[in-house]
Amino acid sequence: MLLSCKETTRLLSQGEDRKLGFGERVALRVHLALCDGCRNVRAQFHFLRSAVKDLSRDGDGKEHS
Amino acid sequence: MRDSAAAEDAVQEALLAALAGEAGFGGRANLRTWLTGILKHKIVDTIRRQSRERPAADLEPGDDDGEFDGLFDRRGHWEEMPDAWEQPEGALGQKQFLAALEACLRALPERTARVFMMREHLGLDTSEICKELGITSTHCWVMLHRARMALRLCLTTNWFEK
Repeated sequence: MLLSCKETTRLLSQGEDRKLGFGERVALRVHLALCDGCRNVRAQFHFLRSAVKDLSRDGDGKEHS
Repeated sequence: MRDSAAAEDAVQEALLAALAGEAGFGGRANLRTWLTGILKHKIVDTIRRQSRERPAADLEPGDDDGEFDGLFDRRGHWEEMPDAWEQPEGALGQKQFLAALEACLRALPERTARVFMMREHLGLDTSEICKELGITSTHCWVMLHRARMALRLCLTTNWFEK
Protein backbone atom coordinates (compact mmCIF):
# COMPACT_ATOMS: atom_id res chain seq x y z
CA MET A 1 0.00 0.00 0.00
CA LEU A 2 1.39 3.38 -0.98
CA LEU A 3 0.52 6.27 1.27
CA SER A 4 0.00 9.83 0.11
CA CYS A 5 1.75 12.59 2.04
CA LYS A 6 -1.59 13.60 3.49
CA GLU A 7 -2.22 10.11 4.84
CA THR A 8 1.35 9.96 6.05
CA THR A 9 1.03 13.08 8.20
CA ARG A 10 -2.06 11.57 9.77
CA LEU A 11 -0.26 8.31 10.57
CA LEU A 12 2.79 10.18 11.84
CA SER A 13 0.58 12.04 14.25
CA GLN A 14 -1.28 8.92 15.35
CA GLY A 15 2.07 7.19 15.84
CA GLU A 16 2.71 9.71 18.61
CA ASP A 17 -0.50 8.63 20.35
CA ARG A 18 -1.05 4.95 19.72
CA LYS A 19 0.88 1.87 18.63
CA LEU A 20 0.55 1.59 14.88
CA GLY A 21 -0.25 -1.77 13.31
CA PHE A 22 2.33 -3.74 11.39
CA GLY A 23 0.95 -2.77 7.98
CA GLU A 24 0.79 0.88 8.99
CA ARG A 25 4.41 0.86 10.16
CA VAL A 26 5.60 -0.78 6.95
CA ALA A 27 3.66 1.65 4.75
CA LEU A 28 4.96 4.57 6.79
CA ARG A 29 8.56 3.39 6.56
CA VAL A 30 8.34 2.95 2.79
CA HIS A 31 6.89 6.43 2.36
CA LEU A 32 9.39 8.10 4.67
CA ALA A 33 12.30 6.48 2.85
CA LEU A 34 11.19 8.28 -0.29
CA CYS A 35 9.83 11.58 0.99
CA ASP A 36 11.96 14.36 2.49
CA GLY A 37 8.94 16.52 3.27
CA CYS A 38 7.27 13.89 5.43
CA ARG A 39 10.55 13.11 7.20
CA ASN A 40 10.78 16.80 8.05
CA VAL A 41 7.24 16.73 9.40
CA ARG A 42 8.08 13.72 11.57
CA ALA A 43 11.04 15.59 13.05
CA GLN A 44 8.83 18.63 13.66
CA PHE A 45 6.18 16.57 15.48
CA HIS A 46 8.91 15.15 17.72
CA PHE A 47 10.30 18.58 18.35
CA LEU A 48 6.84 19.92 19.24
CA ARG A 49 6.52 17.26 21.90
CA SER A 50 9.77 18.19 23.61
CA ALA A 51 9.07 21.91 23.27
CA VAL A 52 5.64 21.64 24.89
CA LYS A 53 6.96 19.41 27.68
CA ASP A 54 9.59 22.05 28.24
CA LEU A 55 7.11 24.91 28.59
CA SER A 56 6.87 24.67 32.34
CA ARG A 57 10.47 23.83 33.07
CA ASP A 58 12.08 26.50 30.95
CA GLY A 59 11.08 29.58 32.82
CA ASP A 60 12.74 32.94 33.00
CA GLY A 61 16.40 33.04 33.62
CA LYS A 62 17.48 29.92 31.82
CA GLU A 63 18.68 30.91 28.44
CA HIS A 64 20.97 29.01 26.14
CA SER A 65 23.87 31.09 24.93
CA MET B 1 -24.93 14.23 39.68
CA ARG B 2 -23.01 12.93 42.66
CA ASP B 3 -20.67 10.90 40.48
CA SER B 4 -19.98 13.74 38.12
CA ALA B 5 -19.29 16.11 41.01
CA ALA B 6 -16.79 13.64 42.35
CA ALA B 7 -15.21 13.32 38.94
CA GLU B 8 -14.92 17.09 38.69
CA ASP B 9 -13.17 17.27 42.02
CA ALA B 10 -10.80 14.47 41.10
CA VAL B 11 -9.85 15.94 37.76
CA GLN B 12 -9.46 19.40 39.17
CA GLU B 13 -7.30 18.23 42.02
CA ALA B 14 -5.10 16.11 39.81
CA LEU B 15 -4.52 18.94 37.38
CA LEU B 16 -3.88 21.53 40.03
CA ALA B 17 -1.41 19.19 41.67
CA ALA B 18 0.30 18.59 38.34
CA LEU B 19 0.53 22.30 37.65
CA ALA B 20 1.57 23.26 41.16
CA GLY B 21 4.27 20.62 41.18
CA GLU B 22 6.07 22.01 38.22
CA ALA B 23 9.24 23.76 39.19
CA GLY B 24 10.13 27.04 37.60
CA PHE B 25 6.57 27.91 36.76
CA GLY B 26 6.41 30.95 38.98
CA GLY B 27 8.02 33.33 36.54
CA ARG B 28 5.55 32.56 33.83
CA ALA B 29 2.32 33.76 35.30
CA ASN B 30 0.53 34.31 31.99
CA LEU B 31 1.30 30.89 30.69
CA ARG B 32 0.30 29.39 33.99
CA THR B 33 -3.01 31.19 33.94
CA TRP B 34 -3.72 30.08 30.42
CA LEU B 35 -2.73 26.48 31.07
CA THR B 36 -4.73 26.26 34.23
CA GLY B 37 -7.73 27.73 32.47
CA ILE B 38 -7.50 25.52 29.45
CA LEU B 39 -6.93 22.37 31.44
CA LYS B 40 -9.09 22.88 34.47
CA HIS B 41 -12.22 24.91 33.88
CA LYS B 42 -12.94 23.54 30.45
CA ILE B 43 -12.61 19.96 31.54
CA VAL B 44 -15.02 20.60 34.35
CA ASP B 45 -17.40 22.27 31.90
CA THR B 46 -17.16 19.35 29.58
CA ILE B 47 -17.79 16.78 32.25
CA ARG B 48 -20.73 18.77 33.48
CA ARG B 49 -22.17 18.93 29.98
CA GLN B 50 -21.44 15.29 29.24
CA SER B 51 -23.30 14.23 32.32
CA ARG B 52 -26.45 15.92 31.04
CA GLU B 53 -26.53 15.31 27.35
CA ARG B 54 -25.20 13.23 24.51
CA PRO B 55 -22.16 14.61 22.75
CA ALA B 56 -23.09 17.37 20.35
CA ALA B 57 -22.85 16.82 16.63
CA ASP B 58 -19.68 18.88 16.39
CA LEU B 59 -17.93 16.33 18.56
CA GLU B 60 -18.04 13.80 15.75
CA PRO B 61 -15.69 14.64 12.95
CA GLY B 62 -15.91 12.91 9.61
CA ASP B 63 -13.35 10.29 8.70
CA ASP B 64 -11.64 12.72 6.41
CA ASP B 65 -10.23 15.75 8.09
CA GLY B 66 -10.28 18.34 5.34
CA GLU B 67 -8.80 21.13 7.40
CA PHE B 68 -5.36 20.99 5.81
CA ASP B 69 -6.41 19.99 2.30
CA GLY B 70 -4.88 23.17 0.93
CA LEU B 71 -1.41 21.88 1.73
CA PHE B 72 -1.82 18.92 -0.61
CA ASP B 73 -2.59 18.39 -4.28
CA ARG B 74 -5.42 16.19 -5.49
CA ARG B 75 -3.36 13.06 -5.08
CA GLY B 76 -2.52 13.96 -1.51
CA HIS B 77 1.08 14.99 -2.15
CA TRP B 78 2.62 18.18 -0.83
CA GLU B 79 1.88 21.30 -2.83
CA GLU B 80 4.94 22.73 -1.18
CA MET B 81 7.39 20.33 0.38
CA PRO B 82 7.95 21.14 4.09
CA ASP B 83 11.52 22.21 4.80
CA ALA B 84 13.41 21.04 7.83
CA TRP B 85 13.56 23.46 10.75
CA GLU B 86 17.08 24.63 11.30
CA GLN B 87 18.59 23.75 14.64
CA PRO B 88 15.29 23.55 16.52
CA GLU B 89 17.03 22.35 19.71
CA GLY B 90 18.76 25.70 19.95
CA ALA B 91 15.38 27.41 20.22
CA LEU B 92 14.23 25.40 23.22
CA GLY B 93 15.75 27.48 25.99
CA GLN B 94 15.08 30.85 24.43
CA LYS B 95 12.48 33.07 26.01
CA GLN B 96 11.51 34.52 22.65
CA PHE B 97 10.90 31.08 21.26
CA LEU B 98 8.75 30.15 24.25
CA ALA B 99 6.73 33.30 23.64
CA ALA B 100 6.25 32.34 19.98
CA LEU B 101 5.23 28.81 20.95
CA GLU B 102 2.82 30.14 23.53
CA ALA B 103 1.26 32.48 20.96
CA CYS B 104 0.84 29.56 18.54
CA LEU B 105 -0.80 27.45 21.26
CA ARG B 106 -3.19 30.26 22.13
CA ALA B 107 -4.17 30.53 18.47
CA LEU B 108 -5.52 26.97 18.48
CA PRO B 109 -9.24 26.41 19.00
CA GLU B 110 -9.73 26.01 22.71
CA ARG B 111 -10.83 22.41 22.66
CA THR B 112 -8.01 21.41 20.35
CA ALA B 113 -5.49 23.16 22.59
CA ARG B 114 -6.93 21.39 25.63
CA VAL B 115 -6.60 17.92 24.14
CA PHE B 116 -3.12 18.72 22.86
CA MET B 117 -1.89 20.03 26.21
CA MET B 118 -3.41 17.10 28.09
CA ARG B 119 -1.52 14.80 25.76
CA GLU B 120 1.80 16.56 25.30
CA HIS B 121 2.19 18.70 28.37
CA LEU B 122 0.59 16.55 31.03
CA GLY B 123 1.58 13.37 29.20
CA LEU B 124 -1.81 11.66 29.53
CA ASP B 125 -2.69 8.72 27.29
CA THR B 126 -5.30 9.34 24.64
CA SER B 127 -7.51 6.74 26.31
CA GLU B 128 -7.45 8.80 29.52
CA ILE B 129 -8.14 12.00 27.65
CA CYS B 130 -11.05 10.44 25.76
CA LYS B 131 -12.54 9.20 28.97
CA GLU B 132 -12.24 12.56 30.70
CA LEU B 133 -13.73 14.46 27.78
CA GLY B 134 -16.24 11.83 26.69
CA ILE B 135 -14.99 11.69 23.11
CA THR B 136 -13.93 8.81 20.89
CA SER B 137 -10.28 7.87 20.32
CA THR B 138 -10.71 8.67 16.65
CA HIS B 139 -11.84 12.16 17.51
CA CYS B 140 -8.93 12.56 19.88
CA TRP B 141 -6.48 11.59 17.14
CA VAL B 142 -8.07 13.97 14.65
CA MET B 143 -7.78 16.84 17.12
CA LEU B 144 -4.18 15.99 17.98
CA HIS B 145 -3.32 15.82 14.30
CA ARG B 146 -4.95 19.21 13.72
CA ALA B 147 -3.06 20.70 16.63
CA ARG B 148 0.30 19.39 15.41
CA MET B 149 -0.30 20.52 11.83
CA ALA B 150 -1.43 23.97 12.94
CA LEU B 151 1.50 24.36 15.33
CA ARG B 152 4.08 23.32 12.76
CA LEU B 153 2.66 25.84 10.29
CA CYS B 154 2.50 28.56 12.93
CA LEU B 155 6.06 27.98 14.15
CA THR B 156 7.39 27.73 10.61
CA THR B 157 5.90 31.12 9.80
CA ASN B 158 6.53 32.88 13.08
CA TRP B 159 9.86 31.47 14.12
CA PHE B 160 11.83 29.22 11.83
CA GLU B 161 11.36 31.19 8.63
CA LYS B 162 11.14 34.58 10.20
